[in-house]
Amino acid sequence: MLAKRIIPCLDIKDGRTVKGVNFVDLRDAGDPVELAEIYSKEGADELVFLDISATEQKRKTLAELVYHVAEKVSIPFTVGGGISSVEDVDVLLHNGADKVSINSSAVKNPQLINDLVAKFGSQCIVVAIDAKQIDGEWIVHLVGGKVPTERKLFEWAKEVEERGAGEILFTSMDHDGTKDGFANEALSKLSTELNIPIIASGGAGNMQHFTDTFVEGKADAALAASVFHFKEIGIKDLKEELKDKGIPVRL
Amino acid sequence: MKIVIINYGAGNIQSIKFAIKRLGYEAILSHDIVEIQFADKVIFPGVGEASSAMSKLRASGLDKLIPNLKQPVLGICLGMQLMCHSSEEGDTKGLGIFDVDVIKFTNEVKVPQIGWNQITNLKSELFKNIEDKEHIYLVHSFYAPLCKETIAESEYGIKYSAALAKNNFYGTQFHPEKSSDIGERILENFLKNI
Repeated sequence: MLAKRIIPCLDIKDGRTVKGVNFVDLRDAGDPVELAEIYSKEGADELVFLDISATEQKRKTLAELVYHVAEKVSIPFTVGGGISSVEDVDVLLHNGADKVSINSSAVKNPQLINDLVAKFGSQCIVVAIDAKQIDGEWIVHLVGGKVPTERKLFEWAKEVEERGAGEILFTSMDHDGTKDGFANEALSKLSTELNIPIIASGGAGNMQHFTDTFVEGKADAALAASVFHFKEIGIKDLKEELKDKGIPVRL
Repeated sequence: MKIVIINYGAGNIQSIKFAIKRLGYEAILSHDIVEIQFADKVIFPGVGEASSAMSKLRASGLDKLIPNLKQPVLGICLGMQLMCHSSEEGDTKGLGIFDVDVIKFTNEVKVPQIGWNQITNLKSELFKNIEDKEHIYLVHSFYAPLCKETIAESEYGIKYSAALAKNNFYGTQFHPEKSSDIGERILENFLKNI
């Protein structure tokens, strides 16, 4: 049976992990490769690296990081953050990334999804969608939820699927950082209306939230950052708990 | 031991090279026919679309070379699919090593299948010291149905071939290089025990 996936997300700036990584057993708390190895050993199913740096060196630094992660880690990983062209993706995949995620660039230029799928295949193209509710309607946002667009979540998600994306990473900006649980109603609708895997993101606070997003939200995978980085939830413990609740996981 | 990963411009082959290195071996990437012929072990990777990958193989003459290799050959993911009789993806003929036609998953399941699934009914030295129901990592929309060459099964809506073997040819639908410790053990079995 296909297992539900648990995905820690690492924010990267200038080749280093940023924001709240609190691992006492880490020799170098800012080293993404070491952190990736630890998560891999603890049983993470996949990793996401989100590059938030904005320097001119960014592309080169990120490519080097991808190379070093691929060298050490034997689970799949996705790289996102500022990817906007076929060339960007080519470099990352050649250095060992399994998948890339695109967000703003896809909203601004939806044809990019088709171009990437044609060149690299659906399986490695993840489209990340950030959305929040405005007057009861889910609206797609850019720049980490700061800038609203004219696109509605469900219409955009459908278009993303039709253009060939292999997966959708949906972050509810209303839930992100609240530790109050995932946006299960919207997730469930996405999962039912679309026929590609949906990754839930935003709102993880405790283990029950993960159970809920797999059962009520019908998510195929769940992504979180701080609850893992601060060791509020151990990945192995979480998977044991999910297994006890009857959710298929890899242990 | 000389290990060659066939490099024909399809997909993420860096990860396979790294996985082999973690096992203590060195692999070279090559599309050179002589180099491939004289390898002890050949790995045939592939990610992407079947008909365009077949065109690349034909353009370089690899379509004639691969089915005639005598040393152990391991096809991974699309590599395995291309070793089959045909593929529904781009409606292409394959290399015809495995006598099975690759077809698409129906819409009763989410396509592509992405993630960790279990392998059962293991029937090869490739799976030495691997227990039934271990998880391996897959990403695919097309699959080889069960057939007489099936050496591992998996289930996604229906049962299908997670791995195939015939004579010196092996193929895995999953990515051993991305399947954590289990995957590395399978790769090691291919390098040491086959």
